[in-house]
Amino acid sequence: MNKVLLIIQREYLTRVKKKSFLLMTFLVPALIIGMYALIAYLSVNGADKATEVQVYDESGIFTSEFKNIETVSFRVGKTSFAEAKKEAATNEKGFILHIPKDIEQLSKVELYSKKKVGLSTLSTINNQLEEILRNKQLKDAGIDAKTLATIKPDISIDSKELTAEGEKDSSAGAAYAIGFAAAILIYMSLFIYGSQVMRGVIEEKTSRIVEVIISSVKPFQLMLGKIIGIGLVGITQFTLWIVLSTTLVGTASKILLKDKVSSVKTELVEGKQNKAIAEASTNPALTVINAVKTLNLTYIFTCFLVYFLGGYLIYSALFAAVGSAVDNETETQQFMLPITLPLLFTYIMSFTFILNNPDSSLSFWLSIIPFTSPIAMMVRLPFGVPDWQLALSIVLLIGGFILTTWIAAKIYRVGILMYGKKASYKELAKWLFYKE
Amino acid sequence: MLRIQHIVKQYAQHRALDDVSMDIKKGSIFGLLGPNGAGKTSLIRIINQITAPDSGEVFFNGEKLNPKHIAKIGYLPEERGLYKKMEIGEQALYLAQLKGLSRAEATKRIKYWFEKMDMQGWWNKKVEDLSKGMQQKVQFVATVLHEPELIILDEPFSGFDPVNAEIITQEILELNQKGATIIFSTHRMESVEQLCDSIALINKSHKILDGKVSDIKNSYRNNTYAIEFTGQFPAEKADLFSIVSTGKAHEIRIKIAEGKTPNEVLNYLLPHIQIQQLSEVIPSINDIFIQKVSH
Repeated sequence: MNKVLLIIQREYLTRVKKKSFLLMTFLVPALIIGMYALIAYLSVNGADKATEVQVYDESGIFTSEFKNIETVSFRVGKTSFAEAKKEAATNEKGFILHIPKDIEQLSKVELYSKKKVGLSTLSTINNQLEEILRNKQLKDAGIDAKTLATIKPDISIDSKELTAEGEKDSSAGAAYAIGFAAAILIYMSLFIYGSQVMRGVIEEKTSRIVEVIISSVKPFQLMLGKIIGIGLVGITQFTLWIVLSTTLVGTASKILLKDKVSSVKTELVEGKQNKAIAEASTNPALTVINAVKTLNLTYIFTCFLVYFLGGYLIYSALFAAVGSAVDNETETQQFMLPITLPLLFTYIMSFTFILNNPDSSLSFWLSIIPFTSPIAMMVRLPFGVPDWQLALSIVLLIGGFILTTWIAAKIYRVGILMYGKKASYKELAKWLFYKE
Repeated sequence: MLRIQHIVKQYAQHRALDDVSMDIKKGSIFGLLGPNGAGKTSLIRIINQITAPDSGEVFFNGEKLNPKHIAKIGYLPEERGLYKKMEIGEQALYLAQLKGLSRAEATKRIKYWFEKMDMQGWWNKKVEDLSKGMQQKVQFVATVLHEPELIILDEPFSGFDPVNAEIITQEILELNQKGATIIFSTHRMESVEQLCDSIALINKSHKILDGKVSDIKNSYRNNTYAIEFTGQFPAEKADLFSIVSTGKAHEIRIKIAEGKTPNEVLNYLLPHIQIQQLSEVIPSINDIFIQKVSH
C-alpha cells in the first residue's frame, strides 16, 4: 500500500509541477471572467450603439408613434427620400425606412441600407409597425385609447418549485445552463484526464522503465497509483478553477452592480423614457446571476465531483488498458472507439434530448447506466432528481468502476510487457484469461 | 541461494521455458547464456516475480519465492528505461523507495554512489539531457542502491563504451566481493566467460548445459594442441598424434592420441622442426555451445 502512495505521489507531483498545469489553472478562470465581463459589458453598454433608422413615412400614421429602444432609434428623415437613398449607399451605418402612402392596402414597406440588416433590428421594426397599425385600426374601429391600454395583456411566467420547505424560486433557464455546462465539463475532463493516463502508460512502456518498476511493485499497483494520482490532479484543477472563478465573479459582479445603479440614475436624470429602467432591471447578466443563486450549487458541485471521479475511474482504467496494448500513441486509434462511443453518444443525447426531457425514461436509463451516467446525470441534476435514482446511479457507477478496473488490469499486466507486437481485439480477449 | 526447479512457462502458442532447473550458489557470478529468444528473459521475469511460472518452483535462500524477496533483488533489464522528463536524483530516489528504502537512507546512498561513479552534479539533470552511456550509469546505480543480495543484469554491457564497461565491470566485481550474488544474462557468450564462475546454457526453451566454467571446459577438452613452428612438419603418426587442421603456414593443430603425453609428441617432433609455441586448445563456451546446439 505504501508503494501505491509513492506512485500516486510521483504521478501527482510531476504533473502539478508542470508549467502547463499552472497556466491552465489561471487561464481558464481568466477566460471565464473575460467572457462574463464581455457579456455584462455588452448588455450594459449596448444601448450606446443603437442602430439609427431614418423614417420616410408617406402615410403619416407612424412617424410620431415609433418608440426608441436600446438597440434601435428612429428619427424622421431630414433630406428628401431620393437624396437619403444616395447617401445611404455610401454610409456604413444607418437604415432608411420607407413607408408608402397606401400602407393599409398591403403595400410593401421598404428598408434600405448599405450593409445587411440584423434579424433583431428587423423584427423590432416589424413589431413596432404592426403594433402601431393595429392600434390605429382598433381606434378606427371605435375603441378609445384608454380601453386600448387596459386590454393589452402583459404576462410573464414566474415559475415556483414546490418543495417540502415550501415554494422556492426555480429557474428552468439556469438549470438548463448548469446542465449544459456540466455536460461539457464532464465530457471534456473525462477525455483530458483519461488520455493523460493513457499517455502516461505509453510513456512508461516506450521508455521501458515499466520493467524496472514492476520488478518492485505489482502491475495493478502501478496502474492504480497512476489513475489515482492523475485523478487527484483533476480534482485539484477543478477546485482551483471553482475557487478562483467564484472569487473573481463575486468581486466582478459587485463592481458591475455599482455601475448599473449609476447608469440607471443617469438615464433618469436625462429624462429618457421609463422603458430604459425596465430594460436595465432585466439585464440578462443579472438575471443569470440571480437564477443561478436559486440552485443549490454546493449540492451540484459535490455531485459533479462524485460523477467526475466515478466516470474518470471507469474510463481511465480503459484508457490505461489501451495504452498498455500499444507501442505508441498513433496505434491507439483502433482501440479508442469503444471508449469514445458511449461518451460521444451521451454527450450528443444531452443536448438533443436530455436537456429538454430530463425526466423521460430514456434520460432515466442514461443516467443510471455507469458508462453514460456521469454525463447524463449531471445534465438531469439541476432539474431535480429523486434521491433513490441518484443513489442507484452512484452504486452502479462504483460497480462499473470495479468491473472495468478488473478487466483493464488483466489486459494491462500482459500489455505492458509486450513490445513490438501489434495487438488485436482477439489478442486482448486472450490476455484476459492469461494466468499471472 | 537460488534454486530453480522444473520451471515451465507457456505463452499462447509458444513454450518459453520447458522444465528448466538450475542452482545458483551464494556469492557466485552466474552466467545465463543463450541466443536471442532462448527464454532467458522469461526466466529472469519469473525470478523477479514479474510473471509466475505455469509449473515448477523457485527457492530464494531456501524459502519459496514470495513478495518479501523483491527488496532483496536488483534487476537491470535488457530494455533500459527511465522517465525522460524526471530529474535524475528524484528518479533514483523514487526507484529506491519503491524497493523499500526510506527517503533519507536512499538520499544518503545515492550521494555515495554518485560520488563513486563520478556523477556529481547530475542530481537536477533530466534524463533526456544525458547521453546514452550516462543513462546506463544512472540505471546501474538505481539497480544496486538497495544493496540487493541478488543482482540480475540482463545484457549489462550493451550500450556502454569500453571505458564505462570497464568501470561497471569493476563495480560488479566489488559488489560480488562484498557478498552479492550476480546473474549475468547475455547472448554474447565471450563477453562474460572470464567473469563467470558458473554458467547455464539455454537454447530453445531448454537448459542444455550447466556447471562450473572450469569443469565444463575441462570436460570439453579433447587433447588438441596448437603448435607454432618453423621448418618442415613431419607426417602424422597414428599411434602418437593426428593432424586436426593446418592453419597459417607455421601453425598446426594436432590431436594427441589416447594415453600419450605432449612430451612424447615433442620428443618426436624436435628433430624435425623448431618449436616456438605449444599450447592446449581449450574450447570457448561459444565453441561448446555451437557444438552442443548443432548436435
